[in-house]
Amino acid sequence: MPNKSNHDANSSNATEDRITIKNLPVTSAETTISTAQLETLLETVSSLKHLPGALLPILHKIQHQLGYIPSEVIPDIAQLLNLSRAEVHGVVSFYPDFRTHPCGQHLLRICAAEACQANGARALMQHAEEKLHIKSGHTTPNNNITLEAVYCLGNCTAGPSVEINQRLHGRVTTTLFDQLTAGLITAGPINAMPRPDQC
Amino acid sequence: MLDIFVPADTTACALGADAVAAAVITEANIRKVEINLIRNGSRGLFWLEPLVEITTEQGRIGFGPVTVEHIPQLINHIFEPDITDNTALCLGLIDQIPSLKNQQRVNFARAGIIDPLSLKDYLAHGGYLGLQQALTMTAESMVDQVIASGLRGRGGAAFPTGIKWRTVLETPAEQKYIVCNADEGDSGTFADRLLMEADPFQLIEGMTIAALAVGASQGYIYLRAEYPKAHRVLQQAIDLAYSNSYLGKNIAASEHQFDLQIRLGAGAYICGEETALLESLEGKRGQVRAKPPLPAISGLFGKPTMINNVLTLATVASIFARGADWYKTFGCNRSVGTLAIQLAGNIAQGGLIELAFGANLRDILVDFGGGTATGKPIHAVQVGGPLGAYLAASEWDIKLDYETFNDANAMLGHGGIVVFDDSVDMLQQARFAMEFCALESCGKCTPCRIGSTRGIEVIDKIQQGEQPKQNLILLEELCDTMQYGSLCAMGGLTPMPVRSAIKHLKKR
Ligand SMILES: Cc1cc2nc3c(=O)[nH]c(=O)nc-3n(C[C@H](O)[C@H](O)[C@H](O)COP(=O)(O)O)c2cc1C
Ligand code: SF4
Ligand code: FES
Repeated sequence: MPNKSNHDANSSNATEDRITIKNLPVTSAETTISTAQLETLLETVSSLKHLPGALLPILHKIQHQLGYIPSEVIPDIAQLLNLSRAEVHGVVSFYPDFRTHPCGQHLLRICAAEACQANGARALMQHAEEKLHIKSGHTTPNNNITLEAVYCLGNCTAGPSVEINQRLHGRVTTTLFDQLTAGLITAGPINAMPRPDQC
Repeated sequence: MLDIFVPADTTACALGADAVAAAVITEANIRKVEINLIRNGSRGLFWLEPLVEITTEQGRIGFGPVTVEHIPQLINHIFEPDITDNTALCLGLIDQIPSLKNQQRVNFARAGIIDPLSLKDYLAHGGYLGLQQALTMTAESMVDQVIASGLRGRGGAAFPTGIKWRTVLETPAEQKYIVCNADEGDSGTFADRLLMEADPFQLIEGMTIAALAVGASQGYIYLRAEYPKAHRVLQQAIDLAYSNSYLGKNIAASEHQFDLQIRLGAGAYICGEETALLESLEGKRGQVRAKPPLPAISGLFGKPTMINNVLTLATVASIFARGADWYKTFGCNRSVGTLAIQLAGNIAQGGLIELAFGANLRDILVDFGGGTATGKPIHAVQVGGPLGAYLAASEWDIKLDYETFNDANAMLGHGGIVVFDDSVDMLQQARFAMEFCALESCGKCTPCRIGSTRGIEVIDKIQQGEQPKQNLILLEELCDTMQYGSLCAMGGLTPMPVRSAIKHLKKR
């Protein structure tokens, strides 16, 4: 007997989350994109150009598609919106969410704000850093994991809060952290110097 | 068919609600029973999430916190109630739970009860009565109604809402804007998120009324990017409002037009400050503007702009539905109405508590909160977000209203309370307040941008025992410079958590 549900029964949210993850670049810290890629991208974003204050929606769109905002697109966006390159660059660099380089295969964001601190977020961050052999704000040398601090995810009654590939988890103890990341961490050359993430 | 509710709320899902919902479907299929699964918002009783509810003749019965493993038993219990297993999770009639029953819910009256994306549910629970009322009134009398209600902004500054509305109304312009501040950046706050996820039409209705009152035809909701679920719910609600003529041309069969769009932030806390928010909406760096001009006179794209917090705008819908006199029956002093208290951090029963202004802080911590989650004594609570003061035990007999908090050199802000147990290092918290300011400063003025970095260095010296007395004096002077020399409350209020944390450090 079919069961009716008001929204997509088996959690529409989870499915959508996964689609976004697929859009994150999976390999290579290289930040070059092909001319063809660039053209399609510009075509997509030019449909947003009529919006008042279109720059942020456009940057969001690019980051959603590529996982970062390549420096190559900045002149084109500037031209599209009749702005200077410096203005576009200034906006990209102002907002913490906009990345100028792709992040690792998996993105781990640990909430470092007060309510999560009260529930042990500092110790959790330290645990993550030690386990991954990188500091917050960096990516493992094999490009496997990017670790970042974030300031409040609205889950302040159930911290520490950790977002793994855009999926939020609450009350993340170090044990739960290890479980959640077990399938993500791949062994690699972890002796090399970590690449500073310019995200 | 039996209605089963499993919240799709951010925190509920962070604690496994999606898996619970999937398990409910699977189990119902196995047992070949017909159910109607509704993904509601949260009631705000987060320690009970995932909180599963069913409808019975007596009312809604709750179970929680539920895990996937509980589901077979739970379904058994529901369909064969004589099998008395699993009763431990059964909470009985949900609205009789003291933590819920003892609240005064105005903004959150529908939260967790209705299907957030059912316009039918919204209408059946008093939705759009406010707009109906508004459509019978002139713009002037609408603004008078808001002034009469005594409503004050919930974003933090508590400015009388009606006064701002009047300024926008009286400023002539071709184009005016309504902007909803849904940036909710303060740690320990989640009321805006909860409302947008549980009852999004209330915000849309409030914004529509505001638009009618001040003569705006375009609205924006500036939503922080950290709230993807709220984004999805709001967008779907906006689409539904459009397809049912509650947005767009001829709203609710009137001659009025109102269009509404969501714009996403990009991780900058300062964009919660209204002028930085407007810059960001214009596609620029989120840097604070000097005032004047007031946004109400020259705001978004230089046009008169009404900017209000999510809760302020949502409240407007209730005020129009039930009247200013009714609204004024809640509250104390000049703090009229109800406060969405958000109890967070290290607390046994964290969640949303909506009460008339004037509740006692200690009662909230003890009666509603049930002490810390770790079971250790509470050492300090930070009220009002990252720019709010830390209060120690001797200061908890304080009424939660704007005036009392101001008099106590503290700030109620957006109503967040973050609880710390006695393992907290107050000097570290003072340092964090400076770190946060350094990290989030928009960079426009020196006291904030440079002062906060100096602050970190001075606190580090104190930590290392380097001339602590002199450095404490230096820190105090630095706080003065920041407090009096900053353009906005980011730099201006950072001294509040720093000083209050240091004060409790000294006592220890
Ligand atoms: C640093 C800073 C951050 C702020 N963050 C927010 C916020 O996240 N949400 C909000 O509604 N107001 C925030 N405010 C207050 C807004 O500037 C403004 O007062 C508010 O949007 C006005 O709406 P209201 O009158 O409905 O409160 C912030 C203010 C400052 C100085
Ligand atoms: S106080 Fe800080 S955040 Fe506010 S305007 Fe000055 S630099 Fe910007
Ligand atoms: S402080 Fe971590 S989720 Fe709010």
